Amino acid sequence: MIKVERKDVADPGIDEKVKNLNPEKIEKTINWVLGKEAAARLKAYVQTCIHCGLCSEACHYYLSHDRDPSYAPVAKVRQTLWEILKRKGRVDGESLKRYARIAYTECNLCRRCSMYCPFGIDIAYLISIVRRMCHLLGVVPQYLQARINSQMATMNSEWLTQDDWIDTAQWQEEELRMEIKNARIPLDKKGAEIMYSLHSVEVKFMTQLIANIAKIMTVAGIDWTIPSTDGWDNTNQAMHGGDFETMGMAVRKHFEAAFKLKVKKIVMNECGHAFKAVVYDGSRWLGWKESPLPYVHAIQFYYELIRNGKIKIAKKIKEPVTVQDPCNLVRGRGLGDMLRYIINATCEDFRDMTPRYEHNYCCCSGGGVLHADKPWKSVRLEGSRVKAEQMKATGAEIAITACHSCHKGVHDLIDHYKLGMHVKFLSEILVEVMEIPEELRVAK
Amino acid sequence: MYEFLTSTEVYNFIKGPLVWVSFIIFIGGSLYKIISLLFLARKDKVVYPYMSLKYSVRSIFHWVIPFASTNMRKRPWITTMTFSYHICLVLTPVFLLSHNMLLRDSWNIRWWTLPEGVADVMTLIVILCTLFFLMRRLIAPEVRFVTSVSDYVLLAMVAAPFSTGFLAFHQLFFDYNLIVTFHILFGEIMLVAIPFTRLSHMLFFWLTRAYTGSEFGAVRHAKDW
Repeated sequence: MIKVERKDVADPGIDEKVKNLNPEKIEKTINWVLGKEAAARLKAYVQTCIHCGLCSEACHYYLSHDRDPSYAPVAKVRQTLWEILKRKGRVDGESLKRYARIAYTECNLCRRCSMYCPFGIDIAYLISIVRRMCHLLGVVPQYLQARINSQMATMNSEWLTQDDWIDTAQWQEEELRMEIKNARIPLDKKGAEIMYSLHSVEVKFMTQLIANIAKIMTVAGIDWTIPSTDGWDNTNQAMHGGDFETMGMAVRKHFEAAFKLKVKKIVMNECGHAFKAVVYDGSRWLGWKESPLPYVHAIQFYYELIRNGKIKIAKKIKEPVTVQDPCNLVRGRGLGDMLRYIINATCEDFRDMTPRYEHNYCCCSGGGVLHADKPWKSVRLEGSRVKAEQMKATGAEIAITACHSCHKGVHDLIDHYKLGMHVKFLSEILVEVMEIPEELRVAK
Repeated sequence: MYEFLTSTEVYNFIKGPLVWVSFIIFIGGSLYKIISLLFLARKDKVVYPYMSLKYSVRSIFHWVIPFASTNMRKRPWITTMTFSYHICLVLTPVFLLSHNMLLRDSWNIRWWTLPEGVADVMTLIVILCTLFFLMRRLIAPEVRFVTSVSDYVLLAMVAAPFSTGFLAFHQLFFDYNLIVTFHILFGEIMLVAIPFTRLSHMLFFWLTRAYTGSEFGAVRHAKDW
C-alpha cells in the first residue's frame, strides 16, 4: 500500500471538536446525510467509478505534489467517502479528522476533474457531501467556521455592523469627490435600475474597490444603488463549510434586499464563490431554478459597458499582463471570452496562460481553502506550485483576476514563489485606463 | 469431476436454462437499476430541471469518439487501448460465427457475422488490453492507490469468457468440452454481474454523462471535454 504522508497541522476547529463526538452521533449523522440528502447522484457516481485514475492529471494538488497519488481526485474520494460507505458510517474521531482535512483543505471544489473523468463524475460534489457531514458534526476549520458564525450573526462575513458599512460607503464617496464631481454611492435608492452587491472584505480591508466601482458607475452614468441594511454582502463561506441552511438564509436576505429596492437586476463585484452561491447553490437551495432576478457578474457588466461605449478607454496598460481564469466564472459560467475582451481592450501586451479557459488550473485558494486560513496556508501554497509555474511561463508583470479568492491566492503565491508580479482586479485596471469626461473632473 | 463437468446433462443445462436465467437477470436487472436510478433522481431535486437533450448529446458525443476530449488526447495509449477494448468487448460476442450458429439453430435468427480471423484478432485484443489494464493497476501509482480486490475481480470476470473462448476456438491446452463448458459459464457470470457490480458503468455512463453535459453546457456555459 502506498503511504499517505502529511505534515501535522493543528486546527482547533477540527482537533478539539472531534473530542465532543461519540461513535453513535457520528454514525447517525453520516447515515442521515447518506440516506436523506444525497440520493441519485451519489449512488450513480459511486457505482459508476471504475477506479481508472484518469482524473489525476486534472488536479493541481496532484500536479503540484509531484504526482503524489494520494492527492488525485479519486484518491480523495477513496480516503473519505468510500471508506465511510464501506464502514456504513461507523467511523471514529481520528478518521473524521482526516476526512475533514481532505475535504476542507485538499480540494478547492474547482470541478476541473469532472472534465477529465470519462463518466463526468462530479467529484467536487462528492467532496462537498463529506463537508456536509463534517459541518453537521461541528468539525470545521476554525477560521472558516468563524466566518460562518459572523454570517449568522451579522449577515456578513467580517463582523461588520450596519454603521461600519454605511460609514465606509460615505467615506469612499467623499474620497472619490476629490477626483470626480458629484460622485455618489447611492444607498437605498428605490426603483434604481441596478443593485450593486459587494464583499464584506472590501468594506473591511479593500475600501478602494468601493470607490472604483462608484467611479465606473458615475462615469458610465448608471442608475444604481446599494442597500444600507443587511443583504449588501454577497460572500458565503457557509456554502463552503457545508452549512447550507446559513447559505440559504444569506442568499434569501440578499434577494429580499433587491426586491425591497425594486431594482431590475443585481450586478455583483469581482468574486467567484459568491456568484456560485447566489446563482447556483443558494438559489437551488431556496427552490429557484436560477436566480429570481438577473444576476450579472462584474466581468459581464464591464464587458457591456466597454462594448456599448459607456466607458471609453483613454490609454492602455503597457506592462505585459496575464489573466487567471476564476473557476467559478469561467468553468462555472463561460465568462472567459468576455474577460479576454476587457483585457484586450485595456492592455497592450496580453499573454494568456496555458492551459486556459475551462482547463485553467485553480489558484488553490477557492472552495473555502483560503478561508481555512492561517493553519493551512502552507498547504494552499504547496498546492499552487503548478499555478505559479504556469504564471511564470507567461513572463507577465501583472496578473489580472476577477475573483477575490483568486486575488488573495495569486497574491500569496507570487510572494511565495517570488514571481515578481502584481495582482490586480479588473476594476483597478479600468479606473486606470478609462476616459473621465471633462465635465466630471474636479479642477485641480 | 471431469466426467461431471463434461457430461451432456451439465452442458445442456448451462447452454439452455442457465442462458435464459442469465439473460433474464441481465436485462431485468439492468432495467431495474436504470429505472430505480431515474426515480431516485427525482428526489435529488437538482437533476431533472437542468437536463438538456442538446447538451447531453454534445457531451456523450465528445466522449464516445476517440480523441475527442482533452484527456483522451493527453493519453493516446490509454485512449487507444480503452476504445479497442470496449469496441471488441461488445462486438465480438454479438457477431461471432459460433454464437450466431447457436442462435440460428435455436431460433432461426440470422444476422451479420464477423469473419473468423477478425473475431480471433478482436478476442486477442480484449485479452491483451486486459493485461495492459492489469499492469496499469499494478504499476501506475495513481491507479494502484485506488485499486482494491474488487477491481481485479472485475477485470478477471470480463477476461474469463474471452480467454476461454480463445482457447476453445483454437482447441489449445485443455479438453475442448471442458473449456466450452467454462466459457459459457463465465459468459453467464459476466452478464449477471453487469447490473450488480461496477460493470454497471455500461448502463450509467449515458446518464452521468448526460447530466454533467447538461450542467456544464446549459447551465454553466462551459465545455466538459
